[in-house]
Amino acid sequence: MTIEYVPGIPILKASLDDDNRPFWEAVNRHELVLQRCGACKLYLQPPRPMCPECHSMDTLEWVESPGRGEIYSYVNFTTDRMAYPAMKVPYSVVLVELEEGVRLVSNMIDLEPDEVKIGIPVEVVFDDISDDLTLFKFKVRES
Amino acid sequence: MKSIKDTTAIVGVATTDFSTDSGRTEYSLACEVIKAAVDDAGLRLDQIDGMVKDVVDGIDAMYVQKALGMETLSYSSDSHWGTSPLLNAVTAIASGTANYVVYFRSANNGSGKRAGSDFRAAKETKDESLDLIRYDFYSPFGLLTPAGMIGMGVRRYYDDYGIDPAQIGWVPVVCSEHAAANPHAIFFDAPIGHDDYLASDVVVDPLRRLDCAPEVDGAIAVVITSAERAKDLADTPAVVMSVAQGTSTEGENLSSYNREVLSRLPEMELMGRELFRVAGIGPSDISVAQLDDRFAPLVPMQLEALGFCGEGEGAAFCEGGDALRVGGRLALNTNGGFLGEGLLARHERDRGGPPDPWHLDQPGRRRGVGAGGHRCGWPCGRSDPAPVAITAIATATAGAGGASRWAGFIDRASTPEVVAA
Repeated sequence: MTIEYVPGIPILKASLDDDNRPFWEAVNRHELVLQRCGACKLYLQPPRPMCPECHSMDTLEWVESPGRGEIYSYVNFTTDRMAYPAMKVPYSVVLVELEEGVRLVSNMIDLEPDEVKIGIPVEVVFDDISDDLTLFKFKVRES
Repeated sequence: MKSIKDTTAIVGVATTDFSTDSGRTEYSLACEVIKAAVDDAGLRLDQIDGMVKDVVDGIDAMYVQKALGMETLSYSSDSHWGTSPLLNAVTAIASGTANYVVYFRSANNGSGKRAGSDFRAAKETKDESLDLIRYDFYSPFGLLTPAGMIGMGVRRYYDDYGIDPAQIGWVPVVCSEHAAANPHAIFFDAPIGHDDYLASDVVVDPLRRLDCAPEVDGAIAVVITSAERAKDLADTPAVVMSVAQGTSTEGENLSSYNREVLSRLPEMELMGRELFRVAGIGPSDISVAQLDDRFAPLVPMQLEALGFCGEGEGAAFCEGGDALRVGGRLALNTNGGFLGEGLLARHERDRGGPPDPWHLDQPGRRRGVGAGGHRCGWPCGRSDPAPVAITAIATATAGAGGASRWAGFIDRASTPEVVAA
Protein backbone atom coordinates (compact mmCIF):
# COMPACT_ATOMS: atom_id res chain seq x y z
CA MET A 1 0.00 0.00 0.00
CA THR A 2 1.90 2.98 -1.18
CA ILE A 3 -0.85 5.56 -0.79
CA GLU A 4 -1.17 6.77 2.77
CA TYR A 5 -4.32 8.71 3.54
CA VAL A 6 -4.47 11.47 6.13
CA PRO A 7 -7.11 10.72 8.76
CA GLY A 8 -9.91 13.24 9.03
CA ILE A 9 -9.56 14.76 5.56
CA PRO A 10 -12.24 13.49 3.19
CA ILE A 11 -11.29 12.13 -0.21
CA LEU A 12 -13.14 13.89 -2.99
CA LYS A 13 -15.52 11.29 -4.31
CA ALA A 14 -17.09 11.31 -7.71
CA SER A 15 -20.31 13.26 -8.08
CA LEU A 16 -22.61 10.80 -9.74
CA ASP A 17 -24.85 11.68 -12.63
CA ASP A 18 -26.63 9.72 -15.32
CA ASP A 19 -23.58 9.77 -17.58
CA ASN A 20 -21.02 8.39 -15.17
CA ARG A 21 -23.07 6.45 -12.60
CA PRO A 22 -22.64 3.01 -14.23
CA PHE A 23 -18.86 3.39 -14.12
CA TRP A 24 -18.68 4.08 -10.39
CA GLU A 25 -21.37 1.60 -9.46
CA ALA A 26 -19.31 -1.06 -11.24
CA VAL A 27 -16.22 -0.01 -9.29
CA ASN A 28 -18.18 -0.54 -6.09
CA ARG A 29 -18.80 -4.13 -7.33
CA HIS A 30 -15.07 -4.50 -8.09
CA GLU A 31 -15.64 -4.38 -11.83
CA LEU A 32 -14.11 -2.05 -14.37
CA VAL A 33 -16.50 -1.06 -17.14
CA LEU A 34 -15.91 1.34 -19.99
CA GLN A 35 -18.39 3.31 -22.02
CA ARG A 36 -18.49 2.28 -25.68
CA CYS A 37 -20.60 3.20 -28.65
CA GLY A 38 -22.37 0.01 -29.74
CA ALA A 39 -22.69 1.32 -33.28
CA CYS A 40 -19.12 2.33 -34.12
CA LYS A 41 -17.40 0.49 -31.24
CA LEU A 42 -15.55 3.59 -30.11
CA TYR A 43 -14.50 3.62 -26.44
CA LEU A 44 -15.29 6.88 -24.64
CA GLN A 45 -13.47 8.19 -21.59
CA PRO A 46 -14.59 10.20 -19.75
CA PRO A 47 -18.18 9.03 -20.33
CA ARG A 48 -20.45 11.37 -22.22
CA PRO A 49 -24.03 11.56 -23.46
CA MET A 50 -23.29 11.23 -27.20
CA CYS A 51 -20.86 9.35 -29.42
CA PRO A 52 -18.63 12.00 -30.99
CA GLU A 53 -18.13 9.83 -34.11
CA CYS A 54 -21.64 8.78 -35.13
CA HIS A 55 -23.61 11.12 -32.84
CA SER A 56 -25.91 8.43 -31.59
CA MET A 57 -27.19 8.68 -28.04
CA ASP A 58 -29.09 5.43 -27.63
CA THR A 59 -26.28 3.06 -28.64
CA LEU A 60 -23.97 3.91 -25.75
CA GLU A 61 -23.23 0.82 -23.67
CA TRP A 62 -21.04 -0.27 -20.78
CA VAL A 63 -18.64 -3.13 -21.43
CA GLU A 64 -16.49 -4.91 -18.92
CA SER A 65 -12.75 -4.39 -19.20
CA PRO A 66 -10.05 -6.79 -17.99
CA GLY A 67 -8.20 -3.65 -16.86
CA ARG A 68 -4.93 -4.50 -18.54
CA GLY A 69 -2.62 -1.82 -19.85
CA GLU A 70 0.60 0.02 -19.23
CA ILE A 71 1.76 3.21 -17.58
CA TYR A 72 1.54 5.99 -20.17
CA SER A 73 2.69 8.82 -17.92
CA TYR A 74 2.93 9.74 -14.24
CA VAL A 75 3.61 12.58 -11.83
CA ASN A 76 5.08 12.33 -8.35
CA PHE A 77 3.85 14.72 -5.69
CA THR A 78 6.85 15.49 -3.55
CA THR A 79 5.86 18.78 -1.90
CA ASP A 80 3.12 18.87 0.67
CA ARG A 81 1.69 22.22 -0.35
CA MET A 82 1.16 21.35 -3.99
CA ALA A 83 -0.33 17.97 -3.18
CA TYR A 84 -3.79 16.76 -2.27
CA PRO A 85 -4.20 17.24 1.49
CA ALA A 86 -5.90 13.89 1.97
CA MET A 87 -2.79 12.01 0.84
CA LYS A 88 0.67 11.98 2.35
CA VAL A 89 3.61 12.90 0.14
CA PRO A 90 5.43 11.53 -1.64
CA TYR A 91 2.81 9.83 -3.76
CA SER A 92 2.56 8.99 -7.41
CA VAL A 93 -0.37 9.45 -9.78
CA VAL A 94 -0.24 7.35 -12.92
CA LEU A 95 -1.98 7.63 -16.27
CA VAL A 96 -2.69 4.09 -17.47
CA GLU A 97 -3.38 3.35 -21.11
CA LEU A 98 -5.68 0.34 -21.25
CA GLU A 99 -5.60 -2.22 -24.04
CA GLU A 100 -8.93 -0.75 -25.21
CA GLY A 101 -7.04 2.48 -25.96
CA VAL A 102 -8.54 4.73 -23.29
CA ARG A 103 -6.51 6.19 -20.46
CA LEU A 104 -7.39 6.34 -16.76
CA VAL A 105 -5.80 8.33 -13.95
CA SER A 106 -5.10 6.16 -10.92
CA ASN A 107 -2.55 5.09 -8.31
CA MET A 108 -0.21 2.09 -8.09
CA ILE A 109 -0.56 -0.14 -5.05
CA ASP A 110 2.81 -1.84 -5.29
CA LEU A 111 5.27 0.75 -6.59
CA GLU A 112 6.96 3.55 -4.71
CA PRO A 113 7.10 6.87 -6.58
CA ASP A 114 10.73 6.39 -7.56
CA GLU A 115 9.93 2.98 -9.04
CA VAL A 116 7.25 4.20 -11.44
CA LYS A 117 8.29 4.27 -15.11
CA ILE A 118 6.57 4.78 -18.44
CA GLY A 119 5.75 1.46 -20.10
CA ILE A 120 5.40 -0.74 -17.01
CA PRO A 121 2.59 -3.29 -17.67
CA VAL A 122 -0.22 -3.05 -15.12
CA GLU A 123 -3.60 -4.56 -14.27
CA VAL A 124 -6.54 -3.24 -12.32
CA VAL A 125 -7.24 -3.96 -8.65
CA PHE A 126 -9.88 -2.55 -6.34
CA ASP A 127 -9.19 -0.76 -3.09
CA ASP A 128 -11.96 -0.61 -0.48
CA ILE A 129 -10.76 2.51 1.27
CA SER A 130 -13.76 2.94 3.55
CA ASP A 131 -17.31 1.69 3.95
CA ASP A 132 -18.53 4.10 1.32
CA LEU A 133 -15.55 4.46 -0.99
CA THR A 134 -13.97 1.97 -3.39
CA LEU A 135 -11.42 3.08 -5.95
CA PHE A 136 -9.88 1.29 -8.91
CA LYS A 137 -6.11 1.15 -8.72
CA PHE A 138 -3.36 -0.74 -10.51
CA LYS A 139 -0.60 -3.22 -9.75
CA VAL A 140 2.33 -4.42 -11.79
CA ARG A 141 1.29 -7.18 -14.24
CA GLU A 142 3.58 -10.08 -15.06
CA SER A 143 3.98 -9.72 -18.81
CA MET B 1 -15.91 36.33 -45.11
CA LYS B 2 -15.00 39.74 -43.79
CA SER B 3 -11.56 39.78 -42.22
CA ILE B 4 -10.98 41.22 -38.77
CA LYS B 5 -7.46 42.26 -39.75
CA ASP B 6 -6.70 45.84 -38.73
CA THR B 7 -10.33 46.61 -37.90
CA THR B 8 -9.87 47.11 -34.16
CA ALA B 9 -7.34 48.59 -31.79
CA ILE B 10 -6.33 48.54 -28.17
CA VAL B 11 -6.57 52.08 -26.89
CA GLY B 12 -6.28 51.81 -23.13
CA VAL B 13 -4.40 49.61 -20.69
CA ALA B 14 -4.05 49.55 -16.93
CA THR B 15 -2.90 47.40 -14.08
CA THR B 16 -3.27 47.72 -10.37
CA ASP B 17 -0.37 47.25 -8.04
CA PHE B 18 0.49 43.61 -7.65
CA SER B 19 1.28 41.85 -4.44
CA THR B 20 0.99 38.57 -2.62
CA ASP B 21 -1.76 40.03 -0.47
CA SER B 22 -3.73 42.97 -1.80
CA GLY B 23 -5.82 43.34 1.34
CA ARG B 24 -8.75 44.28 -0.93
CA THR B 25 -11.62 42.53 -2.60
CA GLU B 26 -11.40 41.41 -6.20
CA TYR B 27 -14.32 43.80 -6.91
CA SER B 28 -12.30 46.69 -5.58
CA LEU B 29 -9.34 45.79 -7.77
CA ALA B 30 -11.62 45.37 -10.80
CA CYS B 31 -13.27 48.77 -10.39
CA GLU B 32 -9.94 50.52 -9.96
CA VAL B 33 -8.36 48.91 -12.99
CA ILE B 34 -11.31 49.38 -15.33
CA LYS B 35 -11.57 53.05 -14.50
CA ALA B 36 -7.81 53.44 -14.98
CA ALA B 37 -7.90 51.73 -18.39
CA VAL B 38 -10.81 53.88 -19.53
CA ASP B 39 -8.98 57.01 -18.29
CA ASP B 40 -5.88 55.83 -20.15
CA ALA B 41 -7.91 55.65 -23.35
CA GLY B 42 -9.22 59.17 -22.84
CA LEU B 43 -12.78 57.87 -22.62
CA ARG B 44 -15.57 58.16 -20.07
CA LEU B 45 -17.02 55.16 -18.28
CA ASP B 46 -20.44 55.85 -19.77
CA GLN B 47 -18.97 55.34 -23.24
CA ILE B 48 -18.04 51.73 -22.47
CA ASP B 49 -20.79 49.50 -23.87
CA GLY B 50 -19.10 46.10 -23.82
CA MET B 51 -17.52 44.06 -21.06
CA VAL B 52 -15.57 40.81 -21.30
CA LYS B 53 -14.40 38.92 -18.26
CA ASP B 54 -12.76 35.63 -17.59
CA VAL B 55 -14.71 32.70 -16.27
CA VAL B 56 -11.73 31.77 -14.14
CA ASP B 57 -12.28 34.82 -11.96
CA GLY B 58 -14.90 34.38 -9.29
CA ILE B 59 -16.41 37.79 -9.84
CA ASP B 60 -19.86 38.91 -10.90
CA ALA B 61 -19.64 41.33 -13.82
CA MET B 62 -23.01 42.86 -12.95
CA TYR B 63 -21.69 43.91 -9.57
CA VAL B 64 -18.70 45.56 -11.20
CA GLN B 65 -20.98 47.30 -13.68
CA LYS B 66 -23.13 48.57 -10.83
CA ALA B 67 -20.19 49.93 -8.85
CA LEU B 68 -18.83 51.70 -11.93
CA GLY B 69 -22.21 53.19 -12.74
CA MET B 70 -22.22 51.73 -16.23
CA GLU B 71 -25.89 51.75 -17.10
CA THR B 72 -26.12 49.85 -20.35
CA LEU B 73 -23.96 47.18 -21.88
CA SER B 74 -24.84 46.08 -25.40
CA TYR B 75 -22.32 43.24 -25.24
CA SER B 76 -20.88 41.12 -22.45
CA SER B 77 -19.33 37.68 -22.21
CA ASP B 78 -17.46 35.32 -19.97
CA SER B 79 -14.48 33.88 -21.75
CA HIS B 80 -14.38 30.19 -20.93
CA TRP B 81 -11.42 27.85 -20.65
CA GLY B 82 -9.05 28.55 -23.46
CA THR B 83 -11.31 30.78 -25.44
CA SER B 84 -10.12 34.22 -26.33
CA PRO B 85 -11.43 37.28 -24.49
CA LEU B 86 -9.68 39.49 -27.03
CA LEU B 87 -11.45 37.66 -29.84
CA ASN B 88 -14.75 38.23 -28.03
CA ALA B 89 -14.04 41.94 -27.79
CA VAL B 90 -12.78 42.25 -31.37
CA THR B 91 -15.75 40.44 -32.89
CA ALA B 92 -18.19 42.46 -30.79
CA ILE B 93 -16.69 45.64 -32.19
CA ALA B 94 -16.19 44.41 -35.75
CA SER B 95 -19.84 43.32 -35.87
CA GLY B 96 -21.05 46.68 -34.64
CA THR B 97 -22.56 45.20 -31.50
CA ALA B 98 -20.43 47.39 -29.25
CA ASN B 99 -18.28 50.49 -29.69
CA TYR B 100 -15.93 50.31 -26.72
CA VAL B 101 -15.27 47.03 -24.95
CA VAL B 102 -13.33 46.61 -21.74
CA TYR B 103 -11.71 43.28 -20.94
CA PHE B 104 -10.58 42.80 -17.39
CA ARG B 105 -9.24 40.26 -15.00
CA SER B 106 -9.16 40.60 -11.25
CA ALA B 107 -8.00 37.95 -8.84
CA ASN B 108 -6.46 37.57 -5.43
CA ASN B 109 -4.33 34.63 -6.46
CA GLY B 110 -1.52 35.31 -4.10
CA SER B 111 -3.67 35.46 -1.00
CA GLY B 112 -7.13 34.26 -1.92
CA LYS B 113 -8.81 30.93 -2.26
CA ARG B 114 -7.79 28.72 -5.10
CA ALA B 115 -9.16 26.25 -7.54
CA GLY B 116 -8.92 23.31 -5.17
CA SER B 117 -10.98 24.96 -2.50
CA ASP B 118 -13.53 26.01 -5.10
CA PHE B 119 -13.88 22.41 -6.22
CA ARG B 120 -14.31 21.22 -2.70
CA ALA B 121 -17.00 23.76 -1.95
CA ALA B 122 -18.77 22.90 -5.17
CA LYS B 123 -18.58 19.21 -4.37
CA GLU B 124 -20.21 19.76 -1.04
CA THR B 125 -23.06 21.60 -2.65
CA LYS B 126 -23.43 18.92 -5.37
CA ASP B 127 -22.59 21.29 -8.15
CA GLU B 128 -22.58 19.21 -11.30
CA SER B 129 -20.75 21.44 -13.72
CA LEU B 130 -18.92 19.79 -16.56
CA ASP B 131 -15.55 20.51 -15.01
CA LEU B 132 -16.49 18.71 -11.85
CA ILE B 133 -17.76 15.72 -13.73
CA ARG B 134 -14.41 15.49 -15.41
CA TYR B 135 -12.49 15.99 -12.16
CA ASP B 136 -14.34 13.03 -10.72
CA PHE B 137 -11.89 10.84 -12.58
CA TYR B 138 -8.83 12.63 -11.23
CA SER B 139 -9.36 14.05 -7.76
CA PRO B 140 -9.99 10.76 -5.89
CA PHE B 141 -6.44 9.75 -6.87
CA GLY B 142 -4.80 12.92 -5.58
CA LEU B 143 -4.51 14.68 -8.94
CA LEU B 144 -6.03 18.09 -8.45
CA THR B 145 -3.55 20.93 -8.73
CA PRO B 146 -2.61 22.42 -12.11
CA ALA B 147 1.07 21.58 -11.66
CA GLY B 148 0.17 17.94 -11.23
CA MET B 149 -2.29 17.85 -14.08
CA ILE B 150 0.08 19.56 -16.50
CA GLY B 151 2.94 17.34 -15.35
CA MET B 152 1.48 14.29 -17.10
CA GLY B 153 1.88 15.93 -20.49
CA VAL B 154 5.26 17.40 -19.61
CA ARG B 155 6.49 13.92 -18.67
CA ARG B 156 5.48 12.59 -22.08
CA TYR B 157 6.99 15.61 -23.83
CA TYR B 158 10.33 14.97 -22.14
CA ASP B 159 10.14 11.25 -22.80
CA ASP B 160 8.93 11.35 -26.40
CA TYR B 161 11.62 13.76 -27.55
CA GLY B 162 14.48 12.84 -25.21
CA ILE B 163 14.50 16.25 -23.57
CA ASP B 164 16.79 16.98 -20.65
CA PRO B 165 14.82 19.10 -18.12
CA ALA B 166 17.98 21.18 -17.66
CA GLN B 167 17.35 22.56 -21.17
CA ILE B 168 13.97 23.86 -20.00
CA GLY B 169 15.67 25.76 -17.17
CA TRP B 170 16.74 28.42 -19.64
CA VAL B 171 13.12 29.55 -19.94
CA PRO B 172 12.78 30.78 -16.33
CA VAL B 173 16.36 32.07 -16.45
CA VAL B 174 15.63 34.31 -19.46
CA CYS B 175 12.24 35.36 -18.09
CA SER B 176 13.86 36.39 -14.82
CA GLU B 177 16.54 38.32 -16.71
CA HIS B 178 13.83 40.24 -18.57
CA ALA B 179 11.89 40.74 -15.34
CA ALA B 180 15.01 42.14 -13.70
CA ALA B 181 14.52 45.34 -15.70
CA ASN B 182 10.80 45.56 -14.86
CA PRO B 183 10.15 47.34 -11.56
CA HIS B 184 6.72 45.70 -11.35
CA ALA B 185 8.11 42.20 -11.55
CA ILE B 186 8.58 39.72 -8.77
CA PHE B 187 12.07 39.05 -10.10
CA PHE B 188 12.88 42.77 -10.44
CA ASP B 189 16.59 43.20 -9.94
CA ALA B 190 16.83 39.57 -8.91
CA PRO B 191 17.60 37.41 -11.94
CA ILE B 192 18.16 33.73 -11.36
CA GLY B 193 20.96 31.71 -12.87
CA HIS B 194 20.78 28.29 -14.44
CA ASP B 195 22.37 26.84 -11.29
CA ASP B 196 19.46 28.25 -9.27
CA TYR B 197 17.08 26.37 -11.54
CA LEU B 198 18.91 23.10 -11.11
CA ALA B 199 18.99 23.65 -7.35
CA SER B 200 15.31 24.48 -7.01
CA ASP B 201 13.07 21.88 -5.40
CA VAL B 202 11.16 19.35 -7.44
CA VAL B 203 7.62 20.20 -6.36
CA VAL B 204 5.63 17.90 -8.62
CA ASP B 205 8.04 15.64 -10.44
CA PRO B 206 8.84 16.40 -13.32
CA LEU B 207 8.35 20.09 -12.43
CA ARG B 208 10.71 22.15 -10.32
CA ARG B 209 9.55 25.13 -8.33
CA LEU B 210 11.16 27.47 -10.84
CA ASP B 211 9.19 25.81 -13.65
CA CYS B 212 6.05 27.18 -12.01
CA ALA B 213 5.01 30.82 -12.21
CA PRO B 214 4.55 32.70 -8.92
CA GLU B 215 1.03 33.90 -8.26
CA VAL B 216 0.01 37.42 -7.39
CA ASP B 217 -3.02 39.49 -6.41
CA GLY B 218 -4.06 42.19 -8.81
CA ALA B 219 -6.08 43.22 -11.82
CA ILE B 220 -5.55 44.19 -15.43
CA ALA B 221 -7.80 45.79 -18.03
CA VAL B 222 -7.66 46.78 -21.67
CA VAL B 223 -10.03 48.89 -23.74
CA ILE B 224 -10.69 47.91 -27.34
CA THR B 225 -12.49 49.90 -30.00
CA SER B 226 -12.62 50.13 -33.77
CA ALA B 227 -9.54 51.29 -35.64
CA GLU B 228 -11.66 54.16 -36.98
CA ARG B 229 -12.75 55.40 -33.55
CA ALA B 230 -9.22 54.97 -32.27
CA LYS B 231 -8.07 57.72 -34.61
CA ASP B 232 -10.08 60.23 -32.57
CA LEU B 233 -8.23 59.39 -29.38
CA ALA B 234 -5.09 61.09 -28.21
CA ASP B 235 -2.70 58.14 -27.99
CA THR B 236 -1.41 56.07 -30.86
CA PRO B 237 -3.52 52.92 -30.90
CA ALA B 238 -2.23 49.37 -31.00
CA VAL B 239 -3.96 47.99 -34.07
CA VAL B 240 -4.95 44.34 -33.79
CA MET B 241 -3.59 42.61 -36.88
CA SER B 242 -4.97 39.23 -36.01
CA VAL B 243 -6.60 37.36 -33.22
CA ALA B 244 -7.55 33.72 -33.06
CA GLN B 245 -8.40 30.89 -30.75
CA GLY B 246 -8.15 27.16 -31.20
CA THR B 247 -9.78 24.10 -29.75
CA SER B 248 -9.11 20.49 -30.61
CA THR B 249 -10.56 17.04 -30.11
CA GLU B 250 -10.74 15.45 -26.66
CA GLY B 251 -9.73 18.74 -25.12
CA GLU B 252 -9.87 19.36 -21.39
CA ASN B 253 -8.50 22.21 -19.37
CA LEU B 254 -5.03 21.12 -18.21
CA SER B 255 -5.44 17.43 -18.94
CA SER B 256 -6.77 16.12 -22.29
CA TYR B 257 -5.48 12.71 -21.32
CA ASN B 258 -7.50 10.82 -23.90
CA ARG B 259 -6.14 12.39 -27.02
CA GLU B 260 -3.69 10.63 -29.28
CA VAL B 261 -0.50 12.13 -27.87
CA LEU B 262 0.10 14.34 -24.84
CA SER B 263 3.39 15.77 -26.02
CA ARG B 264 2.01 18.27 -28.50
CA LEU B 265 -0.46 21.18 -28.44
CA PRO B 266 -2.87 20.61 -31.35
CA GLU B 267 -5.10 23.54 -30.42
CA MET B 268 -2.08 25.82 -30.44
CA GLU B 269 -1.16 24.54 -33.91
CA LEU B 270 -4.68 25.30 -35.16
CA MET B 271 -4.70 28.69 -33.52
CA GLY B 272 -1.29 29.60 -34.92
CA ARG B 273 -2.31 28.72 -38.46
CA GLU B 274 -5.39 30.93 -38.22
CA LEU B 275 -3.47 33.70 -36.53
CA PHE B 276 -0.86 33.84 -39.29
CA ARG B 277 -3.46 33.41 -42.04
CA VAL B 278 -5.45 36.45 -40.90
CA ALA B 279 -2.31 38.53 -40.35
CA GLY B 280 -0.78 37.54 -43.67
CA ILE B 281 2.60 36.95 -42.08
CA GLY B 282 4.51 33.92 -40.81
CA PRO B 283 6.73 32.88 -37.92
CA SER B 284 9.83 34.28 -39.61
CA ASP B 285 8.28 37.76 -39.43
CA ILE B 286 7.95 37.66 -35.66
CA SER B 287 10.67 38.97 -33.34
CA VAL B 288 8.97 38.97 -29.95
CA ALA B 289 6.69 36.37 -28.42
CA GLN B 290 4.66 36.66 -25.25
CA LEU B 291 3.97 33.01 -24.60
CA ASP B 292 2.14 31.31 -21.76
CA ASP B 293 4.85 30.39 -19.31
CA ARG B 294 2.71 29.40 -16.36
CA PHE B 295 4.81 26.26 -16.56
CA ALA B 296 8.18 26.60 -18.27
CA PRO B 297 7.93 23.47 -20.48
CA LEU B 298 4.90 25.01 -22.18
CA VAL B 299 7.23 27.48 -23.86
CA PRO B 300 9.17 25.02 -26.06
CA MET B 301 5.92 23.17 -26.76
CA GLN B 302 4.37 26.43 -27.99
CA LEU B 303 7.45 27.30 -30.04
CA GLU B 304 6.96 24.02 -31.88
CA ALA B 305 3.19 24.40 -32.25
CA LEU B 306 3.51 27.93 -33.65
CA GLY B 307 6.19 26.97 -36.14
CA PHE B 308 9.16 28.81 -34.65
CA CYS B 309 11.03 25.51 -34.73
CA GLY B 310 10.40 21.94 -35.75
CA GLU B 311 8.65 19.21 -33.75
CA GLY B 312 10.75 18.17 -30.78
CA GLU B 313 13.22 21.03 -31.31
CA GLY B 314 11.76 23.47 -28.78
CA ALA B 315 14.06 22.58 -25.91
CA ALA B 316 17.16 22.96 -28.11
CA PHE B 317 15.78 26.35 -29.21
CA CYS B 318 15.67 27.43 -25.56
CA GLU B 319 19.02 25.97 -24.51
CA GLY B 320 21.54 28.59 -23.47
CA GLY B 321 18.86 31.26 -23.62
CA ASP B 322 20.38 33.41 -26.39
CA ALA B 323 17.56 32.82 -28.88
CA LEU B 324 15.02 33.98 -26.26
CA ARG B 325 16.81 37.09 -25.05
CA VAL B 326 16.00 40.58 -26.28
CA GLY B 327 17.92 40.89 -29.53
CA GLY B 328 17.86 37.13 -30.06
CA ARG B 329 15.91 35.20 -32.67
CA LEU B 330 12.66 35.50 -30.70
CA ALA B 331 12.64 37.69 -27.62
CA LEU B 332 10.51 35.83 -25.08
CA ASN B 333 8.20 37.53 -22.59
CA THR B 334 10.05 40.81 -22.48
CA ASN B 335 8.24 41.86 -19.30
CA GLY B 336 9.43 38.70 -17.57
CA GLY B 337 6.30 36.71 -18.32
CA PHE B 338 4.35 34.88 -15.70
CA LEU B 339 7.55 33.22 -14.51
CA GLY B 340 9.39 36.49 -13.97
CA GLU B 341 6.70 39.07 -13.44
CA GLY B 342 3.91 37.15 -11.77
CA LEU B 343 0.85 35.16 -12.62
CA LEU B 344 -2.72 36.23 -12.30
CA ALA B 345 -4.56 32.95 -12.33
CA ARG B 346 -6.38 30.79 -9.91
CA HIS B 347 -4.10 28.00 -9.10
CA GLU B 348 -2.89 25.82 -6.30
CA ARG B 349 -4.83 25.25 -3.16
CA ASP B 350 -3.59 27.02 -0.10
CA ARG B 351 -2.82 24.96 2.95
CA GLY B 352 -2.11 27.84 5.24
CA GLY B 353 1.18 29.47 6.04
CA PRO B 354 2.50 32.86 5.11
CA PRO B 355 1.53 34.50 1.82
CA ASP B 356 4.02 33.50 -0.78
CA PRO B 357 3.70 33.61 -4.53
CA TRP B 358 4.46 29.96 -5.06
CA HIS B 359 2.66 29.04 -1.88
CA LEU B 360 5.98 27.70 -0.82
CA ASP B 361 8.49 29.32 1.43
CA GLN B 362 10.56 31.80 -0.53
CA PRO B 363 13.16 33.49 1.63
CA GLY B 364 15.14 36.19 -0.03
CA ARG B 365 12.86 36.74 -2.98
CA ARG B 366 11.32 40.11 -3.57
CA ARG B 367 7.59 39.85 -3.11
CA GLY B 368 4.93 41.01 -4.82
CA VAL B 369 4.33 42.50 -8.04
CA GLY B 370 3.55 41.66 -11.57
CA ALA B 371 1.26 42.48 -14.36
CA GLY B 372 0.85 38.98 -15.64
CA GLY B 373 -2.66 38.17 -16.71
CA HIS B 374 -3.98 34.73 -17.15
CA ARG B 375 -4.69 34.71 -20.86
CA CYS B 376 -3.31 38.17 -21.07
CA GLY B 377 0.36 38.17 -21.91
CA TRP B 378 1.33 41.60 -20.81
CA PRO B 379 4.47 43.17 -22.17
CA CYS B 380 5.25 45.57 -19.42
CA GLY B 381 2.53 48.12 -19.86
CA ARG B 382 3.61 51.16 -21.81
CA SER B 383 7.33 51.10 -21.23
CA ASP B 384 8.38 47.85 -22.74
CA PRO B 385 11.70 48.14 -24.54
CA ALA B 386 10.88 45.53 -27.16
CA PRO B 387 12.72 46.57 -30.30
CA VAL B 388 10.18 45.44 -32.83
CA ALA B 389 6.86 46.56 -34.13
CA ILE B 390 4.98 43.32 -34.06
CA THR B 391 4.37 41.33 -30.96
CA ALA B 392 3.03 37.83 -31.04
CA ILE B 393 0.87 37.12 -28.09
CA ALA B 394 -0.03 33.58 -27.42
CA THR B 395 -1.39 32.71 -24.07
CA ALA B 396 -3.21 29.72 -22.89
CA THR B 397 -5.59 28.63 -20.27
CA ALA B 398 -4.68 25.04 -20.61
CA GLY B 399 -1.26 23.61 -20.55
CA ALA B 400 0.00 20.50 -22.20
CA GLY B 401 -2.87 18.94 -24.00
CA GLY B 402 -5.18 21.66 -22.91
CA ALA B 403 -8.46 22.93 -24.13
CA SER B 404 -7.49 25.72 -26.41
CA ARG B 405 -5.25 28.62 -27.14
CA TRP B 406 -5.66 32.14 -28.30
CA ALA B 407 -3.40 34.80 -29.55
CA GLY B 408 -3.29 38.15 -31.22
CA PHE B 409 -0.83 40.16 -33.21
CA ILE B 410 -0.60 43.78 -32.34
CA ASP B 411 0.91 46.16 -34.83
CA ARG B 412 2.51 49.05 -33.07
CA ALA B 413 4.69 50.14 -35.95
CA SER B 414 4.28 53.82 -35.33
CA THR B 415 5.50 53.79 -31.78
CA PRO B 416 8.36 52.16 -29.93
CA GLU B 417 5.95 51.07 -27.27
CA VAL B 418 4.34 47.69 -27.32
CA VAL B 419 0.93 47.06 -25.96
CA ALA B 420 -0.83 43.80 -26.19
CA ALA B 421 -3.40 41.58 -24.67
